[in-house]
Amino acid sequence: MTEPQHGDRPHSPGPSLYPIAFAAGIACILVGLIVNPKIIVPIGAVIAIVFGFLWARDATEEFRGEPVHAIEPERGGPPESTDAPATPAEQDVDALTNERVPRNRFLEGATLGLGAVIGGLVTVPAIGFMIVPAFKGQGYPKVDLGPLSEFPEGQWRITSFFMRPPDGEVSRRTAYIRNNGALNGEPSFTIISNRCAHLGCPVQPNGPEQPDQTKQFDGKGGQKVTLTPVLPAGGFGCPCHGGQYDSEGNRTAGPPVRALDRYQFAIVDGRLILGKPFSVAKVDGQGKDAKIHAYKLAGPGQHVDGWEQILYPLQPPH
Amino acid sequence: MAVASSNKKSARRRHLEAAINYPIDWLEERSGLVGGIKYFLFRKVPGDTNWFHTLGSATLTAFLIQALTGAILAMYYKPDPQNAYQSIQHITNDVTLGWLVRGMHKWGASVFIILMFFHMARVFLFGAYKYPRELNWIIGVMLLAIGMLEGFTGYLLPWDQTAYWATVVGINLNGTAPFLGPFLADFLRGGAEIGNETISRFYALHMLLIPGLIFALIGLHLYLVIRLGVTSPPWSSEAAGSESNGDAPKANGRSGLTQPAARSGWRRNGGEG
Repeated sequence: MTEPQHGDRPHSPGPSLYPIAFAAGIACILVGLIVNPKIIVPIGAVIAIVFGFLWARDATEEFRGEPVHAIEPERGGPPESTDAPATPAEQDVDALTNERVPRNRFLEGATLGLGAVIGGLVTVPAIGFMIVPAFKGQGYPKVDLGPLSEFPEGQWRITSFFMRPPDGEVSRRTAYIRNNGALNGEPSFTIISNRCAHLGCPVQPNGPEQPDQTKQFDGKGGQKVTLTPVLPAGGFGCPCHGGQYDSEGNRTAGPPVRALDRYQFAIVDGRLILGKPFSVAKVDGQGKDAKIHAYKLAGPGQHVDGWEQILYPLQPPH
Repeated sequence: MAVASSNKKSARRRHLEAAINYPIDWLEERSGLVGGIKYFLFRKVPGDTNWFHTLGSATLTAFLIQALTGAILAMYYKPDPQNAYQSIQHITNDVTLGWLVRGMHKWGASVFIILMFFHMARVFLFGAYKYPRELNWIIGVMLLAIGMLEGFTGYLLPWDQTAYWATVVGINLNGTAPFLGPFLADFLRGGAEIGNETISRFYALHMLLIPGLIFALIGLHLYLVIRLGVTSPPWSSEAAGSESNGDAPKANGRSGLTQPAARSGWRRNGGEG
């Protein structure tokens, strides 16, 4: 297939005003549809039909064997004056090299600079829109888990609730809660997150659950709290990769790198209020006397103590 | 009589040919597309290419099927936590042939990944990643990586228990990367926890950003294949399969090429070797 040579042949058919008149007819129809369909639309239709016909006749002259109007072919390339000492183009080059900032370089720089500014104006907000919301306003809301009487001393409750009631089921979280009794006159709770410290699967209690005694209440803010008693024999285990924890959340076997996360809590008007979660390296002792080695909340699989903690120096703001 | 009519074209036939050729010539004159397509489809390749050389085209076909079935599935799928699972059930059970299109997309994803690995193995074992094709290997590895990312983002969309917890594990795996891992995990989740944002975010990545990137990289990949040509198998007697014959660089500085310009060069060298 050879490269087409445009310079040698005239455009065929030649330029014509018929398509413009045809377009004017169409525009007349469109305007008429709004202004006055009964008078202006027929006028536009007549214009469009007449000039459409003329245009079609004009455009198909060649195929219908009628003589085509001779048109001077457009030719590219410089004028054929070989005997001139210097073509205008060469003079331009000389002039350009003498300028301090040549015009073409200025235009090139201006084009690139403007392009960069426009590109930045478009992409920076878009990328910010993609990334920043994931790190803004990501706190953990306080969740009302109901009256203290629902948590008898020394017993475990599998507590599931909507962390963010407007988000619905997708925000359902589960914690294992045990009332440890009073410590220095204040109630003491052990609230263990069910998020495995390996890769975040839901940790299950190893002891038997008592689903027939499950209590449900919607809660004031629609938290939809569910409380199921469970006997914590043998602590907790993860179904995904076999991580095992004792009843204080210490890792006893498997791949987890630390103990299970816990939640802060508060007692307000006799109700248990769930606070922020935090990470735990390990727990010494048991129940209300436990000594918790607490750290800022880290993602599953991230070390919070030992030399490996230098791998995770920064956490996103939560 | 029959011989005469077949030799001499009838006027009717000439008109027919003109009618067929006119739009093609019109397109070619204005775009060069017809010549470009001919150049792409009828380019010269070594004489001893074999079925292993079709793995790249097979991978491309698998990707195009994914793109097509995915675009159709998107007409029925609803990427939000309340409706995603139900819409998948609707596609599978109610929509005409939905089970088939969803099945093609689901199993085609595995086919795409497996074919990428076969294609990669062919390129590796044939030594087709060597000079001057290193860049195409690098682009291929990028395609493999973002192809896997496509699989990862697509896996969440059925929004069942497997999808949800596999994605939890996958995101947290990313989160254990040193230094920036925790930020990467939050970026993927669209927050500290999986929520309403996560599934639409994965959907956008799966539907638009990653496929766009894959299309662009496939374009580059094919451009380099056309520019650099196809390698012969290692057992070939032609020089393109054994480029270490120590000759001086070819006229155009590119060895082992099956471009028309380079072809006469390596033919001659092959004869000498």
